[in-house]
Amino acid sequence: MLADKDRIFTNLYGFQDWGLKAAQQRGDWDDTKSLIARGHDNIIEEVKASGLRGRGGAGFPTGLKWSFMPKESKDGRPSFLVINADESEPGSCKDREIIRHDPHKLIEGALVAGYAMRARAAYIYIRGEYIREAQTLQAAIDEAYDAGLIGKNASKSGYDFDVFLHRGAGAYICGEETAMIESLEGKKGQPRLKPPFPAGAGLYGCPTTVNNVESIAVVPTILRRGASWFASFGRENNKGTKLFQISGHVNKPCVVEEALSIPFSELIEKHCGGIIGGKDNLLAVIPGGSSVPLVPAEQIWDAPMDFDGLKDLGSGLGTAGVIVMDKSTDIVRAISRLSYFYKHESCGQCTPCREGTGWMWRMMERLRTGDAAIEEIDMLQQVTKQVEGHTICALGDAAAWPIQGLIRHFRPELERRIEEHNAKFAEAAE
Amino acid sequence: MPKVTVDGQELEVPEGATVLQACELAGKEIPRFCYHERLSIAGNCRMCLVEVKPGPPKPQASCALPATEGQEIRTDSEMVKTAREGVMEFLLINHPLDCPICDQGGECDLQDQSVAYGRGATRYDENKRAVTEKYMGPLIKTVMTRCIHCTRCVRFSEEIAGVDEIGAVGRGEDMQITTYLEQAAEHELSANVIDLCPVGALTSRPYAFEARPWELKKTLSIDVSDAVGANIRLDSRGREVMRALPRVNDAVNEEWLSDKGRYMVDGLSKRRLDKVFMRKRGKLQQASWDDAFKAIAKQLKSDKSSIAAVAGDMVDCETMFAAKSLLKACGSTLIEGRQTGMDYDVSNLAAVNFNSTFEGLEHAKAILIVGSHIRWEAPLVNVRIRKAVKRGAKVFVVGPKWDTTYPAEFLGEDLGVLNDLPGEIADAFKDADRGAVIVGGGALKGAHAKALALASDWGADFNVLHFSAARMGGLMLGFAQKGGMADIAKASPKVVLSLGADEMNFEPFADALKVYIGHHGDRGAHAADIILPAASYAEKDGTYVNTEGRVQFAEKAVFAPGDAREDWTILRALADALKVEVGFDSFAQLQAAMIAEVPALGEEGLADYGALPKADANAKAEGTMSAYPIKDFYLTNPIARASEVMQRCSSELLHGGELAEAAE
Repeated sequence: MLADKDRIFTNLYGFQDWGLKAAQQRGDWDDTKSLIARGHDNIIEEVKASGLRGRGGAGFPTGLKWSFMPKESKDGRPSFLVINADESEPGSCKDREIIRHDPHKLIEGALVAGYAMRARAAYIYIRGEYIREAQTLQAAIDEAYDAGLIGKNASKSGYDFDVFLHRGAGAYICGEETAMIESLEGKKGQPRLKPPFPAGAGLYGCPTTVNNVESIAVVPTILRRGASWFASFGRENNKGTKLFQISGHVNKPCVVEEALSIPFSELIEKHCGGIIGGKDNLLAVIPGGSSVPLVPAEQIWDAPMDFDGLKDLGSGLGTAGVIVMDKSTDIVRAISRLSYFYKHESCGQCTPCREGTGWMWRMMERLRTGDAAIEEIDMLQQVTKQVEGHTICALGDAAAWPIQGLIRHFRPELERRIEEHNAKFAEAAE
Repeated sequence: MPKVTVDGQELEVPEGATVLQACELAGKEIPRFCYHERLSIAGNCRMCLVEVKPGPPKPQASCALPATEGQEIRTDSEMVKTAREGVMEFLLINHPLDCPICDQGGECDLQDQSVAYGRGATRYDENKRAVTEKYMGPLIKTVMTRCIHCTRCVRFSEEIAGVDEIGAVGRGEDMQITTYLEQAAEHELSANVIDLCPVGALTSRPYAFEARPWELKKTLSIDVSDAVGANIRLDSRGREVMRALPRVNDAVNEEWLSDKGRYMVDGLSKRRLDKVFMRKRGKLQQASWDDAFKAIAKQLKSDKSSIAAVAGDMVDCETMFAAKSLLKACGSTLIEGRQTGMDYDVSNLAAVNFNSTFEGLEHAKAILIVGSHIRWEAPLVNVRIRKAVKRGAKVFVVGPKWDTTYPAEFLGEDLGVLNDLPGEIADAFKDADRGAVIVGGGALKGAHAKALALASDWGADFNVLHFSAARMGGLMLGFAQKGGMADIAKASPKVVLSLGADEMNFEPFADALKVYIGHHGDRGAHAADIILPAASYAEKDGTYVNTEGRVQFAEKAVFAPGDAREDWTILRALADALKVEVGFDSFAQLQAAMIAEVPALGEEGLADYGALPKADANAKAEGTMSAYPIKDFYLTNPIARASEVMQRCSSELLHGGELAEAAE
């Protein structure tokens, strides 16, 4: 279990004030000038060495991502940092806690990361539904401006850096990095074609890096305590600490900071008071927010909770939004509900996702009641394969994977429902 | 020049080419819906998926992927085939199978590609989506349930037309293409989205349920609604022209056509002059050809040279040459084509020509427009200017304000501003490696010489933007008096032949016998003493010269109605009645004689008018432009005025606001 002294988010539960003074007492904004004085490339190297992988779901190495940004502007275009606070993934709620209770970690991180990648400003795109959070964050940004921590000559470092808060309007797809850029520009939130990648032409056509809130918020602490400290947690290639968000059928759902690679069992037993009804009552777990395939109880129990460990199980860490489902769950209905979510949130740009998500949801609804034929399970599997990998962004994949997970692990349940349903109607027909 | 391999075939592709273009160069057909050569790349239909190595182990959208050195592209692998089948299946699950009653039937990309790349059977058991219709104006009919969301129409409006008229609302499967608040699409190129729509979602409202494409005879023709000379195809059935569609010609109209050129064709069968009429006791009464010819001969008596001919805006060169020959045989040179009374100097045709060429205009870096409402006088030229602006051109306009669809600086209505232009304009032209000065017909009187001097001073191209399809041809054939129409009136001829000239002022010719040789019962016919029914542009072969001096041939699509005859035959018969020799008995002889006189008319392409005249450095511009010559874009010629569709467009799109106000 992660020792208290090794926690980055020391006010995760809001026991203390979120304001600047309290944050400074917790160590934020402590001589930020000296962090910046280390120089652009030095910071990037340190972050690379820490092994920090993006916390937004894809797990791309953060330092490497920053190094794609241009070292100097050849044509006068500025660079931008966009911080993705559009946390809309069902099962995820970590950014919310950071913004509510530790907003200064994010703002300081924005300055340091923005400086490292030579960005002129950071745009924080916050989910529209996060109303109080947006108010808190804006108040924290104002505090930081007033204290001279950001803005002209930010933290007396000689570097000018602005932070803007932008509220979304409630579309899940705006959490996709290029859709977020479109939305920031005032357009309809639809993912862009890549290439060009944002690091070449992003926000307003300028080099842009889009990072998750958590990835940015941990940066100052990594710099202060050193890359080797951060890298001392977790397995090779899965280093550092991470906010886990456990919801569903556990006795004490919670958001908790833990070392990566912690076994699932430890996470549940230590922090969540165990599964409701005990370990044997566990049915399945969606380990990384709604977009990853579920993992059945027997496979997840001893698995390490990190990028590679879950990938080996055919799932993924995603945002580490762990959705625990016990045996009282109607698993088909649960996945069907997720399918509805993706149908509702598809932007409608690419054909496979626009048409496929609706089809998949309608079939899932029939499978829920068993009003289908056995062959339709295979057909559904094929349809998910027709969507997966054929779209501009990953929403098509995210819509397909939960269903693929269900079919992979719970096909007998699907068949049972179909047989029961058909038997009932066969009787009625006689 | 990157080298790529397409299905095992190695080839070099131009720098900056996409994988899709590489495949096409290799002769492979790539199915697509959203991709269009003249629009930005959307990459959303996912039909053009191909397998590319190196790259992720999934198919890639070839339309958006740049071709790079060493790529191995496969268009025939199992992965590609399944991907295409999958996308096609998705496109079809919510597409209504109403092909039997769909106007796109027979020319539908979705039909064709589902035959080639589809699965052959449906697996979709759920309900299909239905979408409410959207109102897009009098030209575009919508059946939005058929929409496959390729967004070509959205991109056309934004990028080519330059107006935010069409967009998408909603998301996911509820995404719908619509106009803002379901207003009519008002841009004068709006109907091009009908051609762009790969399915039957946007179809032609006037042409709805009229014909199937395979029933139609297709004739290559030239649009005469303005002086651009857009290349069109007339689709006809029996004696009726059913529709006009643009043909591809990168030098002229690319593949667009103005709404007027496209939709005035229904006017070809309305208000037609199909009988000979003579005015008796103040009233026009039916008569025979013989009587009409005799009356003309009687009016002239022995003084045969007292005859004048005025050419209208839409006549072909052959008609004008036939008239000229007739008058020459009679001993008259009273021919004029600028019927509204303009009298600019035509001693050097280069000085009244669009010398940049339309294609060249795209590369101008600075453009000065003097007295031309280009969006109405030549919508397709405005498209070129928009392209130039996108490439960084600065545009300045002298004249009343109009909505340019691109940033432009208006310098006021006083043409005198040219005498003392702000320094920044001269700087913009001097910095530009290519500039263009465009003078509209309305400003030729006051600003021609000054504009010429400015262009020569700046080293910019000098352009005159005419509005009449017949203008450059007429000028090449000498249809110009020094003093314009005033000279004709001064000569007070006994007979005035009006060759479809409806905009001319007949008052000075009160004592003359006015003979109208034309096709529509419009202003000219009302003023005429004798009406000889003739053929419209769709009903005769002919040569037209557009405002850039481009000679183009149009073919005859249908026969003229009733007793109407092709214009040259009328003039030839009149020659017999007047007992003079014109020297041709067939159309071929007429054409040969014309080409012998003006060789440039015999060659399709740009005519060479030589160098520009030396500019007069002391020239001064004077006068003000308080209004442009065109008052109503949709009703500029007799065919359009007879067209119900154009009348509706005019009343709804241009005067709709007034009606709404009046109703309140």
